[in-house]
Amino acid sequence: MSNEKKKNVLAAICGLLFAFGLGLGGMTNPLKVQAFLDVLGKWDPSLLFVMGGGIAVGFWTFRAAKRRAHPFLGGDFGWPRATRIDAQLLAGAAIFGVGWGLTGYCPGPALVALGAGRIAPVVAVSSMVLGMLATQAVTRRRGEHA
Amino acid sequence: MMGFTPVGSTLGGLVLGVAISLLILFDGRIAGIAGILGRSFGARGAELSWRLYFLGGLVVGGLLWRLVSPGVFGVASSTGLGTMAIGGFLVGVGTTLGNGCTSGHGLCGISRLSPRSIVATLVFVATGMLTVAVTRGRL
Repeated sequence: MSNEKKKNVLAAICGLLFAFGLGLGGMTNPLKVQAFLDVLGKWDPSLLFVMGGGIAVGFWTFRAAKRRAHPFLGGDFGWPRATRIDAQLLAGAAIFGVGWGLTGYCPGPALVALGAGRIAPVVAVSSMVLGMLATQAVTRRRGEHA
Repeated sequence: MMGFTPVGSTLGGLVLGVAISLLILFDGRIAGIAGILGRSFGARGAELSWRLYFLGGLVVGGLLWRLVSPGVFGVASSTGLGTMAIGGFLVGVGTTLGNGCTSGHGLCGISRLSPRSIVATLVFVATGMLTVAVTRGRL
């Protein structure tokens, strides 16, 4: 198998595992996600356990990855280069949180929920893609003028 | 699936941890779903194909959940489609501007102790909580 094929198989396995974990953890249920965000109502802290479980594994494996020169399948690590905590990061995170609270869907669970055969996730994902494309177009144009 | 589910949620989190670990250790990629989707537009060749395989895995995983245990999607939400459209749009704008979502900043970023991701996660959880407090009339 060529390396590119291996990387594609890996990506498919990771996507499947991710969908499995999100469903198991309760993240594919928007009402459960909103119950986590409903701190002033009947708060359901379950999603803290999802984050905790993921970080408990990720903390060690990201440390191991940082010590390596190359990933196992070759190529380079795509470590994020941005380090600044700037207005764009804060505004983006704030806007994302409002959308997350309104819908109960962040991007991963919304994509998994496309498999549910309901209209709501289709609407959420289509408008999410529109929002991404619109923002990319605006930031690209601003970048050209800067 | 409603109510406090510490065991299932921890197990789900551990599975997510394995998924993000495989992707970083074997291919050097950060499993941030917003980034994987958003940067697939305009990508070509190998840079596009792994994204499509990952996103395909997510959707096929959803189809499998529907066959095995459709309850994971919860009861049909009372959230109107207009709210879904506006909220979804804001998710797209916010994750693009802020370079990440619950997985990219929340799981991967905090796992590598990135101050940027820790701050982003605190902000989107805070505005998410504020939004639910407002829409459910808690304030």
